[in-house]
Amino acid sequence: MSPSEDGHTRKLEEIARTLADAYVTKQAVPPPIQSHPELTIDDAYEIQMCQIRERLVEGNLVRGYKVGITSVAMQKMVGVDQPDFGHLMRDMFHLEHMPIPAADYLQPRVEPEIAFVMGKELSGPGVNVAEAIRAVDFVLPSLELIDSRVENWKIGIVDTISDNASSGGVILGSKPTKLDGVDLTTVGCNLTVDSQLVATGAGSAVLGSPINALVWLCNTLGARGISFKPGDVILPGSITVAKDVRAGSVARAEFTGLGSVTAVFS
Amino acid sequence: MTWSMDSIATEVLACEAERREREPFTDEWEDMTLWEGYAVQDEALRRRLARGEHLTGVKLGLTSKAKQERMNLTRPLLGWLTDAMILPVGTPVSASRFIHPRVEPEIVFVMGRDLVGPGISAATAMAAVEWVVAGVEIIDSRFANFRFRAPDVVSDNSSSAAYVTGGIALRPDQIDLGGEAVSVEIGGQIVDSATGAAILGHPGEALALAANQLAERGLRIHAGQIVLTGGMTDAYPVPAGAQLAFHFAHLGSIHIMGGE
Repeated sequence: MSPSEDGHTRKLEEIARTLADAYVTKQAVPPPIQSHPELTIDDAYEIQMCQIRERLVEGNLVRGYKVGITSVAMQKMVGVDQPDFGHLMRDMFHLEHMPIPAADYLQPRVEPEIAFVMGKELSGPGVNVAEAIRAVDFVLPSLELIDSRVENWKIGIVDTISDNASSGGVILGSKPTKLDGVDLTTVGCNLTVDSQLVATGAGSAVLGSPINALVWLCNTLGARGISFKPGDVILPGSITVAKDVRAGSVARAEFTGLGSVTAVFS
Repeated sequence: MTWSMDSIATEVLACEAERREREPFTDEWEDMTLWEGYAVQDEALRRRLARGEHLTGVKLGLTSKAKQERMNLTRPLLGWLTDAMILPVGTPVSASRFIHPRVEPEIVFVMGRDLVGPGISAATAMAAVEWVVAGVEIIDSRFANFRFRAPDVVSDNSSSAAYVTGGIALRPDQIDLGGEAVSVEIGGQIVDSATGAAILGHPGEALALAANQLAERGLRIHAGQIVLTGGMTDAYPVPAGAQLAFHFAHLGSIHIMGGE
């Protein structure tokens, strides 16, 4: 490694450390891009991987992945034309109807998603929709708990990727549905927070179809030598805009034909 | 100029016929009320019928919270529909016919029985519905930049311009309208989506509201008429050459093209 490469690596590790510390201190940090405007998307994924490797060393495990920035509106807002991804670790999964301490998070929001659970290994690149559907065991209604370690959610693409794609947690519903006979594009979703209907949408809002997001992710991870394993949970992206939650909030996502999921915050 | 309900009715019909946009009447008549707006709307309807148009039903506007917030109005609005506004499926939305048309997906009811307020609930309202179909409403405010206050937009027949209805009709007990999804496709890309719950929680609530609100003016919804329950998503511009499609989960798709 040349001295300049070495310095670059050290810089990425430092940024990763700053973000990792924010999980502990619960103090959000300035956007990384602000102090390091030269950071690329590849650098951002390396910053994310530094944190994931650290968690693996601590005994945590990767239990799946999330895809983010999957709606046209969101991509325009962030100024990108493709999604991003983050890691779902073992300790990020919560049970529905069981209180989740809001204070464990910095600025939590919920997003309704149709979660895929893999039945077979699936390795990209080159995976198509047919192979992907064959490898999915079933879908579950889910709420993704997104969070940002960056102040006031002031994130660009580099900031969010560095911050594990703004992941926080996952709440899975309990009704599995096989994909045969389900049209994921026309599944309707109603999101209520504290009994108020706050957003509605259809599965098609996720890259045209949630399965497209799974294919994109499988091929993107495949290029990095990573494949989906049986049991992996894949969150393909939100059907609606994200909504804020706080201690005392009850968030519920209802999916036409696929059941519902309820997240309770204490 | 001092406006009267009569002269406003003349002006809104002229603006529509000449594709002419104008400034809000409330700029000049500041204390114009919503009820005066409805009186104008009813007078303009009388003139439409006198010139040979037929009443086909009622539309609701601003039934979603997002739209109410954007327009800074808190009460859903009613407007009249006539046969001159029917756009057969496949007909392009012609730029030469409208001022600044926008299109939005709606759940449409075909009434099997008269619905007479007051005191109508969503449940009793739904009992009067014979069929549910998909619809796309073309709205076209006669006010420049869609700038108006409630009495203005009401006097302008709540921006009604034209409507398309879909080809799949379901009985109301065969469809979960609160969970019925629609996807908005523009140029092949899905840009927006919503469900029927975006309409006041359920389109049946909008129907009940329409019946009760009409009753305040001694009016009712008649058997055989249709009711457009309000935009489920934002309204989207439809310039010449535009290709839009609205895909409903169970009520089929409606394609809209922008024409010259």
